[in-house]
Amino acid sequence: MELLTPGSGLIFWQVVVFLALFFLLSKLAWKPIISSLNEREASIQSALDSAEKAKTEMASLKADNEKLFKEAREERDKILREARDAANRMHDEAQVAAKKNADKIIEDAKAVINTEKQAALRDVRSLVAKFSLEVAEKVIRKNLTSDAAQQDLAQGFVKDIKLN
Amino acid sequence: MKILPKTSFSTSKLALFALIGGLFFSGFSPAFGHEAEEETHAKPSVSEVIIEHVMDNHVWHFFDGHYGTLYLPVIVYTPERGLDMFSSHHFYDEHHNRVTYNGYRLDHNQIYLGEKAVLDFSITKNVMMLFINAAILLIVMISVAKAYRRNSGKAPRGLQSFIEPIVLFVKDEIVKPNIGPKYQRYLPYLLTLFFFVLFGNLLGLLPGSGNLTGNIAVTMTLAVFTFIITNVSGNGNYWKHILWTPGVPLPLRIIILPVEVIGIFTKPFSLMIRLFAAITAGHIVLLSLLSLTFIFESWIVGIGSSIFVLFISLIELLVAGIQAYVFTLFTSLYIGMAVEEHHGDGH
Repeated sequence: MELLTPGSGLIFWQVVVFLALFFLLSKLAWKPIISSLNEREASIQSALDSAEKAKTEMASLKADNEKLFKEAREERDKILREARDAANRMHDEAQVAAKKNADKIIEDAKAVINTEKQAALRDVRSLVAKFSLEVAEKVIRKNLTSDAAQQDLAQGFVKDIKLN
Repeated sequence: MKILPKTSFSTSKLALFALIGGLFFSGFSPAFGHEAEEETHAKPSVSEVIIEHVMDNHVWHFFDGHYGTLYLPVIVYTPERGLDMFSSHHFYDEHHNRVTYNGYRLDHNQIYLGEKAVLDFSITKNVMMLFINAAILLIVMISVAKAYRRNSGKAPRGLQSFIEPIVLFVKDEIVKPNIGPKYQRYLPYLLTLFFFVLFGNLLGLLPGSGNLTGNIAVTMTLAVFTFIITNVSGNGNYWKHILWTPGVPLPLRIIILPVEVIGIFTKPFSLMIRLFAAITAGHIVLLSLLSLTFIFESWIVGIGSSIFVLFISLIELLVAGIQAYVFTLFTSLYIGMAVEEHHGDGH
């Protein structure tokens, strides 16, 4: 039974010591400990938050990059296509121009040849006429009365032909 | 090479155990010497020794011999003589028999002047334990608090990293979920309570130490603090619940009202009894097992009971933590019920 009856002295000391302990510990221990724990908690939380923010920023940056890259690729493709088209066009144009030029040159050459030919024919014709005239002159000039003379003449012509 | 440290470890454990056992035994030896003389009274003497061991005392007996006993100061108050202070040594003569000093008589830890019990403010064994407990708490916690200031923003180290998880456990697992958003106000009290009980329980397990947290005066005082805090911080909702329980038919209210009113007192009462019983029972079990050796006077029983004592001691370490946890848990639960805001389900 003694075990169950609280002693007055111990109650008194327990109240005094526990209250003193409570005030001292609250002021000197719990306050700084809890405040630093809360501070640390807050700093960890903010670090986590900023990491999360950085992550989303990174993601959006990556998306932006991807977009830019895609645009750049499209731009490049477009430029290349245009360049190829331009080159093709120029090539074609050059070909057409060259053909035209060549045709013109050929035409010109044909025309020149024609004129030259006409001139040459004209010369030949006048030469033939001249030769004919000369032949006629020579025939006339010689005495063509005798047979011998005629034969001579013919002989002379033959000789000339052979010489030709 | 591998076995060697293991063996040395178990030897050191054994040595430690022998030391603890030895210290415990030394505490009994005068009584057991007595027992040997009067064998017929052997068994009552053992139970007396056990009860004496878990109770408060005006002297602190460590071991036999001239220096083995610490005589603690006696402080008494009587209306006739006023405050009186002297050493408890005066209650014993040179043969260690009880004597009357200056009219004061010590009987069963109670001091009488004539036939009347006096108001006793003596620094008894448990009061000394209380001082030691408070001093250790102050030293440990203030050094931990200093560590926080010294390496603020750094990872905890040393003692700080041992105490911090406990503080966080009390804060986040016990106080916060049970009290709710207003928990910051009650946290200092609950932390003090938790560590006081925990350190008290652990100190009580040391050989030769007093049974501080297993003393009903101590647990009663703690329970009364909880009672006062709970009822002072009780809001309208709490009192309405007790005095005019909502959603209950009128005839039932007549029955429920006394039940609720009794409930105000049974809550701290259960706190008081639980801690007292758990710690005192643990000590009684340990001491009983040790006493078996002396009852049977056989070294085989001694070995057996020592193994049991080791086992129970480990359980007692667990109980020390559990009881501190439970006392704090229920205190925060009661405070939580008192400060809870109305939660519209009308029960």
